[in-house]
Amino acid sequence: MFGEKVAVRDLTLSVRRGEIFGFLGPNGAGKSTSIKMLLGLATPSGGEAWVLGAPAGNVEIRRKIGFLPENFRFYEWLTPAELLHLHGRLCGVPSSKLEERVPALIDLVGLTPHINKRLQNFSKGMLQRAGLAQALVHEPELIFLDEPTSGLDPLGRRMVRDIIRAQRDRGATVFLNSHILSEIEITCDQVVFIREGEVVTSRDLHAQQEEAVRVDVRAKKLSPECIEGLARWCDSAHADEERLTLTTSSRGRLPDILRYLVGSGAEVYQFTPQRMTLEELFISVMGEDRGF
Amino acid sequence: MGAWIMAGITFREAARKKILWTALLAGAGFLLVFGIGLHFQVGDLKNSAVPPFLRYQVISAMLMIGLYTVDLLAVVMTTLTSVDTIAGEITSGTIHAIATKPMDRWQILIGKWLGFVAMAAVYVALMFGGAIAEGYYIGGVLAQHPLNGVLLVFLECVVALSVTFMFGTWFSTLTSGVITLGLLGVAFLGGWLEQMSGFTEGSRLAMVGIISSLVMPSEAVWRRAAFEMESPLSGSLQFSPFSDISIPSGAMIGYAIVYLLIALGIAVYHFRERDL
Repeated sequence: MFGEKVAVRDLTLSVRRGEIFGFLGPNGAGKSTSIKMLLGLATPSGGEAWVLGAPAGNVEIRRKIGFLPENFRFYEWLTPAELLHLHGRLCGVPSSKLEERVPALIDLVGLTPHINKRLQNFSKGMLQRAGLAQALVHEPELIFLDEPTSGLDPLGRRMVRDIIRAQRDRGATVFLNSHILSEIEITCDQVVFIREGEVVTSRDLHAQQEEAVRVDVRAKKLSPECIEGLARWCDSAHADEERLTLTTSSRGRLPDILRYLVGSGAEVYQFTPQRMTLEELFISVMGEDRGF
Repeated sequence: MGAWIMAGITFREAARKKILWTALLAGAGFLLVFGIGLHFQVGDLKNSAVPPFLRYQVISAMLMIGLYTVDLLAVVMTTLTSVDTIAGEITSGTIHAIATKPMDRWQILIGKWLGFVAMAAVYVALMFGGAIAEGYYIGGVLAQHPLNGVLLVFLECVVALSVTFMFGTWFSTLTSGVITLGLLGVAFLGGWLEQMSGFTEGSRLAMVGIISSLVMPSEAVWRRAAFEMESPLSGSLQFSPFSDISIPSGAMIGYAIVYLLIALGIAVYHFRERDL
């Protein structure tokens, strides 16, 4: 709570180890506050949270946690290498390991050409890259990334995406808070939507592939009996002259539907399944124009 | 371990601040002017009919005024360089990347405090060393108990630093700076009121001064430092504004140490408890 304002309430989350978890919601939904509570930066007025099996904010468990804050900023007179050495030392990484790891990380985030520059000469995107590297310097098991692609160009965003996947592949869990839904959609395994501090819904994005699809059909000779017969496979079917829009709960039914249409005498020119994008899902969950 | 790393990075951070270099520049300017003034004063006294023992006291009094200027510079520099370190990093979010590292928050605060303590120590040593050296080599006078004096001035800086840290965990940079400088002003005024009360033995005026010193003991610490450094004869002849009219006791120095520890303790407690 911030004074009278409730930032987060009844928030129940469960993140599986080794997955990329997307945390979505409009501005002011309580995303950053939730992350702060999980990291021990803010204390909840009630409830409990466990991170890697320890109470949220546990000092020792932070050794296994990496964090990229939104709009990463740090002492501007440091070079990227000095920044990483400092954060590595604070995380207890031995100097010998840092000697190897720091240049590799700087290279990973594409800052090698700027290795001798001070952070004060960095653009926002370059600072973000340095911030991402500091979050990874101790090879954490759990990584919180708050708007990691903020200020990055398309190549930078792609780099972040690849790094996130690489982290998951080495077994780390990534907790990702981003406004860029297309990024979330192609990166995350699971997403949760929150609004006004409460979970609205969650989605398994792999299962989403098998979930309801909308199919746009263009066909001639669509008889009313044929359309009625679609009820065997479809949740809805709406015809408008040669255009037919239908929805079904599983992609697996699409071949049967197509066979049925052709078998019923319809001349099918177009049969296009449309998966709902995360953005469409977000808007359908949150409603239009909620300040996102 | 975390506290020492923070102390190291804070010292380097403080050493890069423009205010420190400005204060050092101002200090160098002061030493130059002080040295020139001292040189002329010594020359004038030699050509005057002032007896040698009085000449010594006049130069001693000049040295005390110089040391007082150094004291003011040191306290203001300590306050201004450190006022941003907690409040500013909370406001900018810089603290988030540090406070999520595997160390308790007290280590962050104490580490930063130690960094500024080290910086204040270097500044006080440089400036006092310079002023005392000038007094000795140009004026031919040496402060009495210079080590005691320097340590007390250093203590005064640490008191101001701890108060700045305490307010920095509550308020913004600007607010905590204004409050701390305001308290230093109260202490300054209170110290002089107490000193002035010595002329008339006015107990009510002295009480105002004592209460002010209890609210912020920085000036009382300076007056004790001045008593330690001033030559006994110069003090009793009241040649300088810091003559021993009303001398803060050892208990007041003890109070200043307890005061700074309490301020630091409150800063640690509040920094640990607050949301970042």
